[in-house]
Amino acid sequence: MLIYALKRLSIALLVAITVSLLTFSMIYLSGDPAIALAGESATQQDIENIRKVYGYDRPIIVQYAAWLGNALQGNLGHSHYLKTEVSNVIFDRLPVTMTLGACALSFALALSIPLGVLAAMRPNTLVDRFALTLAVIGQALPSFWFALIMIFLFGVSLRWLPITGSASWLNFVMPSIALGYYVTPAVMRLTRAGMIEVLSSDYIRTARAKGLRPGVVLFKHALRNAIIPVVSLAAVQFGFMLGGSIVIETIFAINGLGQLAWESILRADLPMMQAIVLVLSCFYIVLTFVADLLNAFLDPRIRVS
Amino acid sequence: MGERILEVENLTVDIPVGGGMLHAVQGISFHVDKGETLCIVGESGCGKSLTSLAVMDLLPKKAIRGADKLSLSGEDMRGLSERRMSDIRGNTMGMIFQEPMTSLNPAYTIGNQMEEALKRHRKVSTQEARDRAIYLLEKVGITAAASRLNQYPHQLSGGLRQRVMIAMTLMCGPNLIIADEPTTALDVTIQAQILLLLAELQREFEMGLILITHDLGVVARIADRVAVMYAGQIVEQGTADEVFNRPTHPYTQGLLDCIPIPGKTDRGKPLGSIPGIVPSLVGPFHACHFAERCTYAMPDCTKGDIDMRPALEGGHEYRCLLDPETCQKNAERKGVA
Repeated sequence: MLIYALKRLSIALLVAITVSLLTFSMIYLSGDPAIALAGESATQQDIENIRKVYGYDRPIIVQYAAWLGNALQGNLGHSHYLKTEVSNVIFDRLPVTMTLGACALSFALALSIPLGVLAAMRPNTLVDRFALTLAVIGQALPSFWFALIMIFLFGVSLRWLPITGSASWLNFVMPSIALGYYVTPAVMRLTRAGMIEVLSSDYIRTARAKGLRPGVVLFKHALRNAIIPVVSLAAVQFGFMLGGSIVIETIFAINGLGQLAWESILRADLPMMQAIVLVLSCFYIVLTFVADLLNAFLDPRIRVS
Repeated sequence: MGERILEVENLTVDIPVGGGMLHAVQGISFHVDKGETLCIVGESGCGKSLTSLAVMDLLPKKAIRGADKLSLSGEDMRGLSERRMSDIRGNTMGMIFQEPMTSLNPAYTIGNQMEEALKRHRKVSTQEARDRAIYLLEKVGITAAASRLNQYPHQLSGGLRQRVMIAMTLMCGPNLIIADEPTTALDVTIQAQILLLLAELQREFEMGLILITHDLGVVARIADRVAVMYAGQIVEQGTADEVFNRPTHPYTQGLLDCIPIPGKTDRGKPLGSIPGIVPSLVGPFHACHFAERCTYAMPDCTKGDIDMRPALEGGHEYRCLLDPETCQKNAERKGVA
């Protein structure tokens, strides 16, 4: 188990280094950052000065090392647009996005796993068709459109829920559903497929031949095995959701990382975008690592060699 | 032998398929007494496994089971609720499956899976269940039983897993064990060990044992009685001595002709084979099922259902139009009697 964990950890670290490299090189994506910063009316002298002040004149590898060193200490750079430390803004907005992500993922799992199990228990029945319909709609609907429909229905017509802001938990209901619904189909279909496969396996027949109660057969013997691939998928989907939150947060005017990313893109605030990409990627890496550990816990074939 | 454990009369299994109804098992009758081993033999697809699953009420959902009698120790099992049936399964009647590699849940330890079998049917503490598991693991010849309990199935070999399966089936001390080709997936060297182990345990615990197999060598060694199945029907049934020494049905004779018996089969003489294939059992079928492949087939064979009839001695019976004396002569000519 320890060897497995260490292996996974080293892979996670490698991914993190790669991500940091890519993120760092973002600065040079749109050409010379010094020219971009200096603006249209700048002289060659101004550009040279900016290059010196921001350290763009140093060798790339030195710049990367300095940037990485700062990032590791929590210093993610300075926003040229907001005239403040990037990390301050990010850690201000992060909890909001994390709350949204956690709520959305909880909603998605709470909806898709029971539905997937039900569909697998009664394949090709009404329940199964209903779940399939829900999945197809979820797959086909763009989340921004679904969000707008919800706003119109529950916010404007029925006036049940607030449509903007992040003041109370009520504000998170619609965004969580809009964001979570998007990942529901994949998780549900995988749960269903996994359960159908597991339910027809020999060890389920053994469990039934022992006279075990249907509930024990279903949850102890079947779900435990069927859920293993779902865990990995959920981690990946959570990553997609962090990306999706850019759209959803903008629609619901939630002051999170997603909206910040959107604004920063519009302002060409490179250090801010760089930091957001880095932070989100790190979350993704941590999550994948946690999913790997969870899988090892669930599946002794991974844990015990 | 006395006490009758299982009685099955006119058991049928029908499975709806695309082109109609597949009559997979057609009116099978047999019984198992306490301490008795009944071997059901026959080639793949003849309905052996479905018969055993039908007795356990573990048939696939769409399969339809029918029976005039299906009783375990006197209790009628027809029409029992799933709840009541699950009280019987694993308790008074247990089953060992063909594939030891996949029949244990990979996510739980051996101990966990063995203990839950006992805890489901008896009010026992975990420690008591554990002690019983260790006792039975030692009984099935597994060393260092206590430490095995903490191992996962993937850490054990196929032979060991099948031993674990056998021990697990014994947890509640069942009256009847159904073993569905328990050695097919194992190495030849392990096969004999497992079968002898089964026979030994069956004697010790005085259980009824139904052994489903297509290995006639095995049958000859441990069977008390033998039922030969062909295309969903029992075509011959009797004691092991009767069926092996005086095979009556042409199919049984053909089957025995296919295996070499040291001292009986002449060296250099080609082994027999049965030409043709098993008939399709979809739709109504009123004729001798074996007629197409039978060297003794007559026009009457395909004119209606053939009933079981007594052979020359005892409870020995077979399903053929030929009279017992003619069959006996045929067997002698073939050299299988």
